[in-house]
Amino acid sequence: MTRAWAFLSRRRAGSNWDWTDIVTFVWLGAGLFIVFGPALWLVLSSLKSPAQLSEFPPTLMPYEARSVIVAGYENPLPLYKVTDDAGTRTLAEVRRVGTVAQMVDPADPGTIQKINIANRTPERDIGFSWSNYTDPFLKFDFLNYTKNSVFVTTMATLITLLTNSMAAFALSKYEFRGRGFVIVLIVATLMIPLSVILVPLYSIISGVGLINSLWGVILPTVATPTGVFLLRQYMLTIPYELLEAARMDHASEWQIYWRIVLPLTAPALAVLAIFSVVWRWNDFLWPLIVLSRQEVYTLQVGLNAYAGELNVQWHYLLAMTVMTMVPVVLVFIFLQRFITAGIAGSGLK
Amino acid sequence: MKPLASILGAVIAAPLGWIAGLAEAPLRLWQRLTGKGGMIAFFLLPNMAIFGVFVLFPLIINIVYSTTSGSALFLSDRDFVGLGQYERLLRCDDYTNTLTCQEDQFWTAVKNTAVFVVVQVGLLISIATATALILNREIMGRSFWRAMFFFPVLLSPVVVGLIWRWILDRNGALNAALVGVGLDPVNWLLERGWAFAATIGITIWAHLGFYALILLAGLQAIPRDLYEAAEMDGTPPGRVFWRITLPLLMPNLLVVIVLSLIRAVQVFDEAYVLTGGGPGTATLYLTQYIYEVGFASLLKNPGLASAASILMGGVLIVLTLVQLGLSNRNEKKGKQK
Repeated sequence: MTRAWAFLSRRRAGSNWDWTDIVTFVWLGAGLFIVFGPALWLVLSSLKSPAQLSEFPPTLMPYEARSVIVAGYENPLPLYKVTDDAGTRTLAEVRRVGTVAQMVDPADPGTIQKINIANRTPERDIGFSWSNYTDPFLKFDFLNYTKNSVFVTTMATLITLLTNSMAAFALSKYEFRGRGFVIVLIVATLMIPLSVILVPLYSIISGVGLINSLWGVILPTVATPTGVFLLRQYMLTIPYELLEAARMDHASEWQIYWRIVLPLTAPALAVLAIFSVVWRWNDFLWPLIVLSRQEVYTLQVGLNAYAGELNVQWHYLLAMTVMTMVPVVLVFIFLQRFITAGIAGSGLK
Repeated sequence: MKPLASILGAVIAAPLGWIAGLAEAPLRLWQRLTGKGGMIAFFLLPNMAIFGVFVLFPLIINIVYSTTSGSALFLSDRDFVGLGQYERLLRCDDYTNTLTCQEDQFWTAVKNTAVFVVVQVGLLISIATATALILNREIMGRSFWRAMFFFPVLLSPVVVGLIWRWILDRNGALNAALVGVGLDPVNWLLERGWAFAATIGITIWAHLGFYALILLAGLQAIPRDLYEAAEMDGTPPGRVFWRITLPLLMPNLLVVIVLSLIRAVQVFDEAYVLTGGGPGTATLYLTQYIYEVGFASLLKNPGLASAASILMGGVLIVLTLVQLGLSNRNEKKGKQK
């Protein structure tokens, strides 16, 4: 503990604490709490039983009631700590009538004691309701939503990488009439958000028969101008001599693209791939509009549908939220550096 | 980091490469038949076709859509009404009172969005700047702290909305904390003012890291020797901030402000999952209005939704032009140096 404090409070040698240091500590400490607190609270809550979730004030950790098998009773009985005139002891509840509970001492199952419920507190241990996680797969379409989300994310990312890199190759490595126009066109539409073209886009998707199809979700998202831009900037740094040398060796243009340029663009492709995965996994508004049948819901749309039900089953909803969060958390843990580098470098989002 | 990126890229490129290998022979023939021009067209075609059909074309016919009425989906079945939809959206007897407007929901959404944009962007940029300044100090484990603030940015809006809906619930963690310190619990999502504040709060929570990161990059680009010179002259820290840091950060700050304005105008996902526009219409924002009118309500009116989206698009285009102008200016300045 003292070492941790020494580490945390280590500062530039010689200088004294001043108010800016205090602000820094408070800011980062509060940041730590505000950023990770809610996510941690979500995970802890998702492991609680429905009964525990309805408790107020809530406990920090998930608990489950401790129970015991008592001779003469078929089902395990819940244990309570009882404190009254007769002292403190642990009893098992047989049944409860109004404010009075009939309880037995597990060691002496013969005698039933009548205890006022005000005098007892449930005995419980930290315990996790894993069924919150397994039930959505068994009882609901959660597995199906997951499959749909994985399909959308993978296909959209693969198509994005292929089409964007082809276009970026043409726009960076060839001189042709109209190139400037194409680039301007892309810049001009760089920031056209989906929310501006919802209605006509819906009619087009409907016209080609892709309503309630996952392809209707995938196709409008794959021609990202940002992707073309990112890759083009990267490809511009690949020297022409390399391409000319390949042409001397009778390589076709297609071979130049995928045998020479594409491997050299790998780092940029990786950044775009990570972004694309996060974008498509998290997409909400467009899938919400295109997908109206439950069997084609993606995770985000499915979650929203459960959250909108009249009687929200929070124990399932929270567990499903955690599961939806998992891939993104993995990206955060392992690939966060690429993303931060990508954003700092290009303002990509 | 570099080698890992290459490995990752290679893993992704492998399946693509396999497909590409199969395409080699037919494409060699295509190149022989059509020459280089044919190949350029081939490279551009997939992206441009998708882009044209799903972005450009809808953008153009959106204007036509906004001049039609009825509930039919396809343009050919719709009646031309000229500027009727715009008139319906914009007509008000008294512009200070949204209830006197023909489309009072639209005006409520516009008003809500305007207040949201001003407050959210103001707070977001201030907090992001402060965070960037703090992250730019010589602190232990800076990359950890930087990553930490970035974490919520990756979360999906639905997840963000649900996390906070759970915390702000009547029996949620925040009320438990309030009761714990002896205050009265608040019905956060059912009181108009608090629900509105909540949508502002959670969108700041979700996006702060992104803007802090861009601003941090801007701060790190400020030459060190300027600060060293200031230190030698014994310039007080406040003056250093106003005279060195802020002016040199300004280009980045402007870009970030416009960027966050563009995002704030379109606010939807997180707020929708958190409050659903309620209570009443307290958190009804423009995008939700468009969504409801165009798709979700029983009386769908695609023409009206389309007109509203064009009005919103107009605002966004102005902001985007400002944004492009700013980044161009920054680039030129960068080159002059």
